Amino acid sequence: MHMADALISPAVGGAMWAATAGLTAYSAKKLRIDLDEHKVPLMGVLGAFIFAAQMINFTIPATGSSGHLGGGMILAILLGPYAGFLVMASVLTVQALFFADGGLLALGCNIFNLGFFPCFIAYPLIYKKIAGESPTPGRILLGAMVAAILGLQLGALGVVLETWFSGLSELSFINFLLLMQPIHLAIGIVEGVVTAAVVSFVWKTHPEILARAPSAPGAKAHSHKPLLIGLALFAVVAGGMLSWFASTHPDGLEWAVKGATGKEELEATKEGVHGVMGWMQEKLSFLPDYDFNKPNEEKAGKKEESWPDISAGKSLAGILGAALTLLLAGVIGFALRRYYSHSKG
Amino acid sequence: MAALMGNIESSLLNIGYLETLSYQQTPLHRLDPRVKLLTTLVFIIAVVSFGKYEITGLIPFIIYPVALIAVGNLPPGYLFKKILLAAPFAFFIGIFNPFLDRALMVQLGPVGISGGWVSFASIMIRFTLTVSAALILIAGTGFNAVCLALDKMGTPRSFVIQLLFLYRYIFVLTDEALRLVRARALRSFQGRGMGFKVFSYMIGQLLLRTLDRAHRIHLAMLSRGFDGKIRLLRPLQIHGRDAAFFLGWSALFVLMRWYNIPHLLGNAVAGLIR
Repeated sequence: MHMADALISPAVGGAMWAATAGLTAYSAKKLRIDLDEHKVPLMGVLGAFIFAAQMINFTIPATGSSGHLGGGMILAILLGPYAGFLVMASVLTVQALFFADGGLLALGCNIFNLGFFPCFIAYPLIYKKIAGESPTPGRILLGAMVAAILGLQLGALGVVLETWFSGLSELSFINFLLLMQPIHLAIGIVEGVVTAAVVSFVWKTHPEILARAPSAPGAKAHSHKPLLIGLALFAVVAGGMLSWFASTHPDGLEWAVKGATGKEELEATKEGVHGVMGWMQEKLSFLPDYDFNKPNEEKAGKKEESWPDISAGKSLAGILGAALTLLLAGVIGFALRRYYSHSKG
Repeated sequence: MAALMGNIESSLLNIGYLETLSYQQTPLHRLDPRVKLLTTLVFIIAVVSFGKYEITGLIPFIIYPVALIAVGNLPPGYLFKKILLAAPFAFFIGIFNPFLDRALMVQLGPVGISGGWVSFASIMIRFTLTVSAALILIAGTGFNAVCLALDKMGTPRSFVIQLLFLYRYIFVLTDEALRLVRARALRSFQGRGMGFKVFSYMIGQLLLRTLDRAHRIHLAMLSRGFDGKIRLLRPLQIHGRDAAFFLGWSALFVLMRWYNIPHLLGNAVAGLIR
């Protein structure tokens, strides 16, 4: 199960899409495969393999929930980080298009969570350091385990952050985090074992595949570039959106401030740097409260969610209007269908 | 094991059926795939950009899937089932809302509805709208056409090729998997079930065999002149009707996003009654 569009705001979705698109272009540039290389069918097959593997759910004992393989680690180890990222992106795209597993807007988030963290962070920083060039089975297992666990923890953290920033779920950051991280720890262990098993198997039967998997080309300095790009983008996104955080329920800080001073937010001075920053923020936040046409709410102070001005009469009109709209939509749909099937003969 | 076999076979059929739907010849299918892709994206962004408590404003957006299903001759029941299948993620996260957000928000006569239920309903409506848009995109366009659209709109060529090969090889792999599973079942007198060891051996065999077959298929493609360019029977050209489709629907989405149509309608009708 990947993130759905219903829980994403356009700001978060768009930002993650930008990050993912940048990474995809970068990976494609670094890859530069020729069509008649052996790599092409290998990438396709491994993609299909991961696709199939993701469909197999295993139950996690003692929690009553299930998990499935991510596959990013396997792809990174067997194909290298760039090809691995592209293959992971393609698998998630097909899942989103054909199985509605993950929304189209959320696809950017999903590719980032499941592709960037294993391929560009866990693989170079952990697996390569542990397993090295010609690994023993023990080192493969250790490297795969640690890398998979870390990759999944980061991916889960990504999901929590993206959902939290979108503001559509009531789950608080801490609660969601406490839900996600332990389960993904268990999944990470299983993924580490399976990754190690698959990699060892390929190492025994087709060692040339592993030998050919390119490390990040160029000197050590270059190999950190995608990591830095991805982290920088993520940081910009997170940092840029922190300014919007102020518009949700009182967080821990505001709650503490409220308890201490009786007000949720201390009034910033209108003078000097604060004043300028405040004015800039007001002008720049084109999506105050994730709402396009209610800019006045922002100035009114952000005690609670933007309460749409609902009164009994208005809600009745709304319900009546909604029912009429649905009826209208249904009539139009029927009419269109009859028209088009008639004209076809 | 039978569950796994059924799983493999049914997902194969799933992709196949959606793809079959895309072979139809309707006005929807004849539109340029780029236009359909872009319109779907505008739709999704419009739907997702509503505030978290919005319900009535979202309702008129149903016209897009409904119209496309009608014009594209798509089976609504099948699509609805797929939406239901994909619902658990949004459902299980959204269901926390009613428990965490209990502030009273709407008063319908004697019944009070908390904000949590309103935002939960909003999430589920959003989910239905966005997922149906994505499914209709594939059923009304076809995977190859979508890939071509992506290619023409600037996606890196290697990624598009990877998508195409992945799609092709999913069928190859599931084919091999079915064969392996069936062979084992026949030779084991429907034995008690696969232990972990047998399972892992079979997965390994599956990987090796698929690699082998994929390599042969790739060589076959190359020797038949495959050069990375995707070719469709219909060349891509933007006609007036494509532009009209995109501009018309986008304008409608923007209109429905800015003005709450159900409210307007409801007020008008209520005014008439009085």
